[in-house]
Amino acid sequence: MQLIACPWCGPREEVEFSYGGQAHVPYPDDPGALSDEEWAHYVFFRANPKGRFAERWKHSAGCRRWFNAIRDTATYRFERVYRLDDPKPVIP
Amino acid sequence: MAELLRTHPLEGWSTRVERLPDTVRITVEPYVAMVDVRLGAVPAEASAALGVDLPTTPNTWVPAGTGRAVWFGPDEWLLTSTTEAPEELEARVRAAVVPLGGSATDVSAQRIGLRLTGARVRDVLAKGCSIDLHPRVFGRGSSAQTTLGQAGVVLLALSDAGDDHGVLVRSSLAGYLADWLLDAALEFTTTPAS
Amino acid sequence: MTSTHRAPEGGRIDRATTVEFTFDGQTLTGHPGDTLASALLASGRHRVATSTKLGRPRGIAAAWAEDPGGLVQIEEPFPEPMLLATTVELHDGLAAHGLPGQGRLADVPDSARYDAVHHHADVLVVGAGPAGLAAALTAARAGARVALVDEQSEAGGSLLSGTDRLDGVPALRWVAAAVAELAGHPEVLHLQRTTAFGSYDDGFVLALERRTDHLGAAAPKHVSRQRVWRIRARSIVVATGAHERPVVFADNDRPGIMLAGAARTFLHRYGVLPGRQAVVFTTNDSAYDAALDLHRAGVRVQAVVDARPEGSPRRREECEHAGIRVLSGAVVTGTQGVERVTHALVAPFADGEVGAGSAIACDLLLVSGGWNPAVHLFSQTRGRLRYDEALGAFLPGEQLDGLAVTGSAAGVFDLAGCLADGQRVAGAALGALAIPPAGEDRLPTAPEPVVPAAPLVLWRVPDTSGAEGSTSFVDLQRDATVADIARAVGAGLRSIEHVKRYTTIGTAHDQGKTSGVLTSGITAELLGIPVQDTGTTTFRPPYTPVAFAALAGRDRGRLFDPERVTALHEWHVAAGAVFEDVGQWKRPRYYPQPGEDMEAAVLRECAAARTGVGVLDGSTLGKIDVQGPDAAVLLDLLYTNLMSSLKVGSVRYGVMCGVDGMVIDDGTVLRLAEDRFLVLTTTGGAAKILDWMEEWAQTEWPELRVHCTSVTEQWVTLPVVGPRSRDVVGTVFPQVDVSTEAFPFMTWRDTTLDGVPVRLARISFSGELAFEVYVNPWYAVAVWQRLLEAGRSYGITPYGTETMHVLRAEKGYPIIGQDTDGTVTPHDLGMAWAVSKKKPDFIGKRSFARPANSDPLRKQLVGLLPVDRQTVLPEGSQIVEFLADGRLPPPPVPMLGHVTSSYRSAELARPFALALVKGGRSRIGETVHVPVNGTLVPVEVTGPVLVDPEGARRDG
Ligand SMILES: [Zn+2]
Repeated sequence: MQLIACPWCGPREEVEFSYGGQAHVPYPDDPGALSDEEWAHYVFFRANPKGRFAERWKHSAGCRRWFNAIRDTATYRFERVYRLDDPKPVIP
Repeated sequence: MAELLRTHPLEGWSTRVERLPDTVRITVEPYVAMVDVRLGAVPAEASAALGVDLPTTPNTWVPAGTGRAVWFGPDEWLLTSTTEAPEELEARVRAAVVPLGGSATDVSAQRIGLRLTGARVRDVLAKGCSIDLHPRVFGRGSSAQTTLGQAGVVLLALSDAGDDHGVLVRSSLAGYLADWLLDAALEFTTTPAS
Repeated sequence: MTSTHRAPEGGRIDRATTVEFTFDGQTLTGHPGDTLASALLASGRHRVATSTKLGRPRGIAAAWAEDPGGLVQIEEPFPEPMLLATTVELHDGLAAHGLPGQGRLADVPDSARYDAVHHHADVLVVGAGPAGLAAALTAARAGARVALVDEQSEAGGSLLSGTDRLDGVPALRWVAAAVAELAGHPEVLHLQRTTAFGSYDDGFVLALERRTDHLGAAAPKHVSRQRVWRIRARSIVVATGAHERPVVFADNDRPGIMLAGAARTFLHRYGVLPGRQAVVFTTNDSAYDAALDLHRAGVRVQAVVDARPEGSPRRREECEHAGIRVLSGAVVTGTQGVERVTHALVAPFADGEVGAGSAIACDLLLVSGGWNPAVHLFSQTRGRLRYDEALGAFLPGEQLDGLAVTGSAAGVFDLAGCLADGQRVAGAALGALAIPPAGEDRLPTAPEPVVPAAPLVLWRVPDTSGAEGSTSFVDLQRDATVADIARAVGAGLRSIEHVKRYTTIGTAHDQGKTSGVLTSGITAELLGIPVQDTGTTTFRPPYTPVAFAALAGRDRGRLFDPERVTALHEWHVAAGAVFEDVGQWKRPRYYPQPGEDMEAAVLRECAAARTGVGVLDGSTLGKIDVQGPDAAVLLDLLYTNLMSSLKVGSVRYGVMCGVDGMVIDDGTVLRLAEDRFLVLTTTGGAAKILDWMEEWAQTEWPELRVHCTSVTEQWVTLPVVGPRSRDVVGTVFPQVDVSTEAFPFMTWRDTTLDGVPVRLARISFSGELAFEVYVNPWYAVAVWQRLLEAGRSYGITPYGTETMHVLRAEKGYPIIGQDTDGTVTPHDLGMAWAVSKKKPDFIGKRSFARPANSDPLRKQLVGLLPVDRQTVLPEGSQIVEFLADGRLPPPPVPMLGHVTSSYRSAELARPFALALVKGGRSRIGETVHVPVNGTLVPVEVTGPVLVDPEGARRDG
């Protein structure tokens, strides 16, 4: 049972959290202006890298806050967590 | 017509709860008015209007009049009162926070409060709570929203000795949690019921 | 039968007390402190079982969990299969029998209790041998929160099996003092009979404590029998010791063949002489201790057979002094005996070649091929192992953060070294945790270690028996041999993982504790590559078997899955309701009267709601309070229709879609104030929709000044439904004008009842005149009873979810998640009217513009009426259509869709159904077919609204 550090509550067991997929995928400013393909990319397509990945997580069983994390998808290690209003870190 | 009768979800548990030993006392604390407060920032006016400094340290609570103010999130608190009616508390808090861009919602019946006291309470809670409740870490004034057994709960440390805890649980799950606690406490009863 | 093989003295058993047990139906005796294995050996019994595939006799081959031979089935006090005789503590009344590798589960429920406890520690020490005790003392003396777990019944580890001395006195005196000292530290948790069986991420270790097993029938019923400790440690010290490894030779599986160290354990810990005449076969110095100790205890040691060309000069001298023959440069090539070994076949051995041999009589053949550090927990934590050529064993090959290995688990085999290493490792852990060490941290003095002669790494003795390795057992539990490994390698397998799966070695009860490294060694030999290159198979939890009952813990019976109940639950129970599970909620499905089945009850309840008045507990509906100046903005973005135009005091139905345009929930919205809405969701959607709203509000539009709060349990919802509902509600709430004019459909009004706030809403999920009553659940029972009282003269009828479903289906109202499946748009449901064309955007809007969404052949919600007016179509049934010639198309028959809801209607006096059908709306009036129990039932396609399509009834 991994620990995930909620930016507010600190480390809690992973079962208290839910996963929200790739971070920094904003809702398009004007969906109507997008082609079907562009829209499909927003709706269905997400990156799936091996290694560091910026993800969204939510502390569902705790403070219910969404936050972002850089996690290594190969080792599962959380390298850092950051709040939604923090800028996207540069992923080396 | 007669006054409307109140009932709470754990009335059927009262005799079983009373049979517990002093090392694990469970007291049901029903009919407490509670309001969920949302406020982006906590300006001084808020403290003045609410009569309490809303705690800004995550996972803490402070006394607030006859009740408590519990940190729920960076912009969310639970305010409780044992003397006001739910609608009175909501109205008072709304009047205080709406002008500041906040909101307040009566959630008095969403949860029911239990108070767990005694030397074995920490052992009972440890059977279903994954966070560290050692008094060094979770002393009086600490709070946590977490899971106890399979129920979401709010835990409040009410003493520095780790022998007095408040537990708020969803009303619909109160029966489950009461059963869970009674079962967890069984090994500490000197004359276990069958 | 008497204890023929009990040593006259010694052992840590309580000789003053005798306990009686039965094995294979035979009554035997032993003493508290015995294991089943030691008691059997004390009775002269080695053979325990027969092997799983070959049926060969097998016996006790080790003294603890690494034993591959002694599998038993417990019958009393409670049936339990697949335990090792070596790990079952003896108690009065124990009944067991040997197992041929497969057990039998109890056919009665297990009445024992099991539980789990979370524990947090600065330092977790696994193993209470010398290294572990030293580490625990160092950490405890510094004031750290220490957890010390050890799988044996008492602390001491290897010291329990020997004659070591510390500070010039028996080492067990120091063990006792250390245990007492630890007990005096308030922040130390010391657990014996507790096996750390899994090491996971972030310092998380699972340990199984056997709390009452050793008490037998005297075990208190209110205490858990076994407990899973869920330990979260900032730092872990693994002091798990080492397992002795056998050498493989022909017929090495006979009862009476045992690891040398195990014989020492049986002698010193249990006071048992495992044989009368012993041969000791070794590749290293450690087995000489067994030879000498057994000799001193009166066992005739026929020979020590040392595979090393020069043996061990120092140990040879000790043996010769004792009169024990030592054969250096020799090996055991095979054995004789049926039920038990009678002879060891001993032959000279040089440069890998075996010479001509002779038989030496023995009833005990002790074997030692060296020691494998118990690196399981380290490896489970993803620690990399390295192969040590000199030891012929795998050792921790890297430093891990927060987990250190010490003592013989780290390859330190002398007592002084173990003590010092345990202290050192604990000190380093304290340093990493910034816990200052204690000023005084004295450990006892062990004798100066003697450097042993170099061991020989020997995996197997060449098979000279002619059996070509087919009786040279590597994994006794799997009956897997050197021949099996050769076959695997011959079949082209190179990876040790593949060899494991091909041969099944290491997959049995013992998970390869004795066979794993042997397999690596033999495979490497056969492949002609270094052992380092074959490596080991992956170590996975659990280290030793754990019962499912222990893993389930207290999550059984009532506590298996929490039940959520409404404030009226007790009333429903008293009224005889039959309940339905809706997620975790218990909802009344129907209220049968005497003699009624569900169909009759539901027809009665439906009729009451359509012709008189019914009342439902609708409290499980999800409710979300949406507040803030931008509340309407958020709702406009999330609902397909416009919510900002809703007037305060009014109610609007709305649909929510995902970004893909598919319906995710529906419900009504009450505007409570300019800046406040009450959003109602389906019962199943309550948590999901709150999360959905929070997700958008927090992550996408944080600038919106709006907050969402669950109030699902803040309000009970009591729909009062039917033509007489106005009379009932008007009676109970006299301050409210309930006339259609003053209180129109889709509006709400606040009132009070004896000073308690109540909200009434004209919402109908049945098409009938209806009022929903909202009140704080504290008053739910009182208000419910007032409604029943007021409705008595109208025959008010409580109804359940089944009737609710029939009533809504008759009106064509879909249930999201039943009539939809995540591929259905509002248009498919015939709800284009609920999709705003004015709003510039809302979630899902862009997807509606995709061409696929305007395909006329999309599945659409329609009604179905079975032509026979009899058949209730099973929900989920497929729908097919005939060709023009009135016959089915050839297989595969195209499916048009499926039945989503199906009921018998009191109102229609016939069964009906809702269905998703390809191009459904264009098929209205057509007849299609539904296969039911092998016949094709003709059904007419209709619009989904079958009752009161004009909506004439909603105002009564
Ligand atoms: Zn949190």
